[in-house]
Amino acid sequence: MDNNPNNNILEEVTSNEYKFGFFTDIETETAPVGLTEDTIRFISAKKEEPEWMLEFRLKAYRHWLTLTEPVWAHIKYPAINYQDIIFYAAPKRKKELSSLDEVDPELLDTFNKLGISLDEQKKLSGVAVDAVIDSVSVKTTFQDTLAKHGVIFCSFSEAVKNHPELIKKYMGSVVPYTDNYFAALNSAVFSDGSFCHIPKGVRCPLELSTYFRINAANTGQFERTLIVAEDNSYVSYMEGCTAPMRDENQLHAAIVEIVAMDNAEVKYSTVQNWYPGDKEGKGGVYNFVTKRGLCKGKNSKIAWTQVETGSAITWKYPSCVLMGDNSVGEFYSVAVTNHHQQADTGTKMIHIGKNTRSTIISKGISAGKSNNSYRGLVKILPGASSSRNFSQCDSLLLGDKCGAHTFPYIQANNESSIIEHEATTSKISEDQLFYCNQRGIDTEKAIGLIVNGYAREVLNKLPMEFAVEAQKLLSITLEGSVG
Amino acid sequence: MLLNIKNLHVAIDGKEIIRGLNLGVNKGEVHAIMGPNGTGKSTLAAAITGREGYEVTAGEIWYKGKNIVGWPAEERANEGIFLSFQYPVEIPGVSMTNFMRTAINAQREYRGLAPIPAADFLKMMDEKKRLVEIHEKLTNRSVNEGFSGGEKKKNEIFQMAMLEPTMAILDETDSGLDIDALKVVAKGVNQLRTSENAFIVITHYQRLLDLIVPDFVHVLFDGRIIKSGGRNLALELEEKGYEWIKQEHLI
Repeated sequence: MDNNPNNNILEEVTSNEYKFGFFTDIETETAPVGLTEDTIRFISAKKEEPEWMLEFRLKAYRHWLTLTEPVWAHIKYPAINYQDIIFYAAPKRKKELSSLDEVDPELLDTFNKLGISLDEQKKLSGVAVDAVIDSVSVKTTFQDTLAKHGVIFCSFSEAVKNHPELIKKYMGSVVPYTDNYFAALNSAVFSDGSFCHIPKGVRCPLELSTYFRINAANTGQFERTLIVAEDNSYVSYMEGCTAPMRDENQLHAAIVEIVAMDNAEVKYSTVQNWYPGDKEGKGGVYNFVTKRGLCKGKNSKIAWTQVETGSAITWKYPSCVLMGDNSVGEFYSVAVTNHHQQADTGTKMIHIGKNTRSTIISKGISAGKSNNSYRGLVKILPGASSSRNFSQCDSLLLGDKCGAHTFPYIQANNESSIIEHEATTSKISEDQLFYCNQRGIDTEKAIGLIVNGYAREVLNKLPMEFAVEAQKLLSITLEGSVG
Repeated sequence: MLLNIKNLHVAIDGKEIIRGLNLGVNKGEVHAIMGPNGTGKSTLAAAITGREGYEVTAGEIWYKGKNIVGWPAEERANEGIFLSFQYPVEIPGVSMTNFMRTAINAQREYRGLAPIPAADFLKMMDEKKRLVEIHEKLTNRSVNEGFSGGEKKKNEIFQMAMLEPTMAILDETDSGLDIDALKVVAKGVNQLRTSENAFIVITHYQRLLDLIVPDFVHVLFDGRIIKSGGRNLALELEEKGYEWIKQEHLI
């Protein structure tokens, strides 16, 4: 008799319910399939962009053509045919929106189903939302309230039109289009996303949030987010995402750039729940994302918190460049993979300024036949005297058919800095499960409880609005990893 | 009869540990099970509570009129069987409060009741904490993490008080306790005794039975109950050890 219930349980795999897998039947306008300079001109024209924006896209596209897809990540997937993808899809609309009444009711309904209210009357405890569906932003709430505080929060397309000086100054300043293959691709074809600018001395009165939804078939989503926090400002920003269940894989390649000036603080939280594919590994979103924050000013702080439960493939390393003296970078991550999901995620902390500090807490959870890798770089430059890093990378395995891997890279170039790295790998013990069972808690609930406890340190970093959702999501993702 | 174990045989990895055990427990009774190490006391507790890996190869366990052999552990728990663990398990990051609420609500769901309202739950926690004199702060900490030996055992009795079982099994709850903690634990158990529930107390030592007075004492040896008696049997064992019963049994 097999005494390890983790094994028995995994033999009895039941189905994993993805609760956001519905599709909204709305009229959609799309670019012709495939990618050429014409596609880029099409996107740029659709968005009525100025010439400088088109030039930026074309430069990025020409650079992208010279690159090859990176292969160093611990993930396997069939080659992506970029000529099979639709690079632009937008719900059709007749005119500019001036009030909520004019948003297509189908779209409002879609977001309601996702638990995102675009109705300011029904506002969710102080959160302003930018809702992005496929390639366009359909609605940004609370813009007026925010404007009173001088905060700009709008779709990226609007920002290109209304705040070109800020976009020209900061777009590509943290993630240049030459950065990597997917960054170049995004820079060429990005469609929408959010822009926010917090002026000097302002503490943003609302949580800002962008909700990304892929709806159309065969469509890639390439969004771009830019957050600029001026001296002595503060903002907390949240990002959520889902997609319908489809048999074919869908590509998502995003860029997020953050700039924090003197004494500014930016908290960026993500709950990533793209469709992960079915339990046989069919379908799911390929999630290739470049996220980077620049602590440009002294005493600035950027904190990334991510809960990664979705996507067939996750390739993402939210990073901090600690340029200003005494600046602080933090990365808190829970990555869960089940069935055939593959995640290669982690962070980079680049210490440039003096007395810079970084903290990395990564909690990987693998179940089913999935593979979960932490990949992180801590780099301390010669000038970053007295800098400190603390890294903790824990892996939790459910069953014996999944993998957990850790790839830490450490480069220290001065003697006054201190780097600490801790790592553990553990399994949910039979004793823990029986203890819960004996208290009347079934094994599935017990695993949810134990996993949430394991991830507690990271979940505690999430804003309240997200924390409850994230806890539920962790349990749901692992549903079906037990019998 | 609340619990009626008939000719029970239990094997671990094919090796038979319990070998034809019979035990009947009525409501309102406290039964002590004593015996030397390695005779199957904890195996018996595991078999009653349905731990995986403890294979019932023969016999029956009747509880509330149903043979529960093969039932999953959580169903037995939700039917009112509780085990105070010899070695309580740590669950990092899960607060006692959260753990207890999950357990209470699992039990309520099983019984077709709505989840317990937060205010009622907190009131109940306060009451039961006082009963076993456990520190206010203990319930904010993770389950058994960083608890002292005494705190862990008190915490088991606290959980028992919260879940109000019909059939409670205390597996060497006295081991590792100093006399003060032992008194607190015993006091807690005595307050929970009613005419509607029953206890099986597994122990090596008479000293616990001075505080939790049993109605019956059984000696477990070689996977069977070889002698049963009243509380005086425990005193006799304390005085003479187990050797004489072993001899009697072998003859």
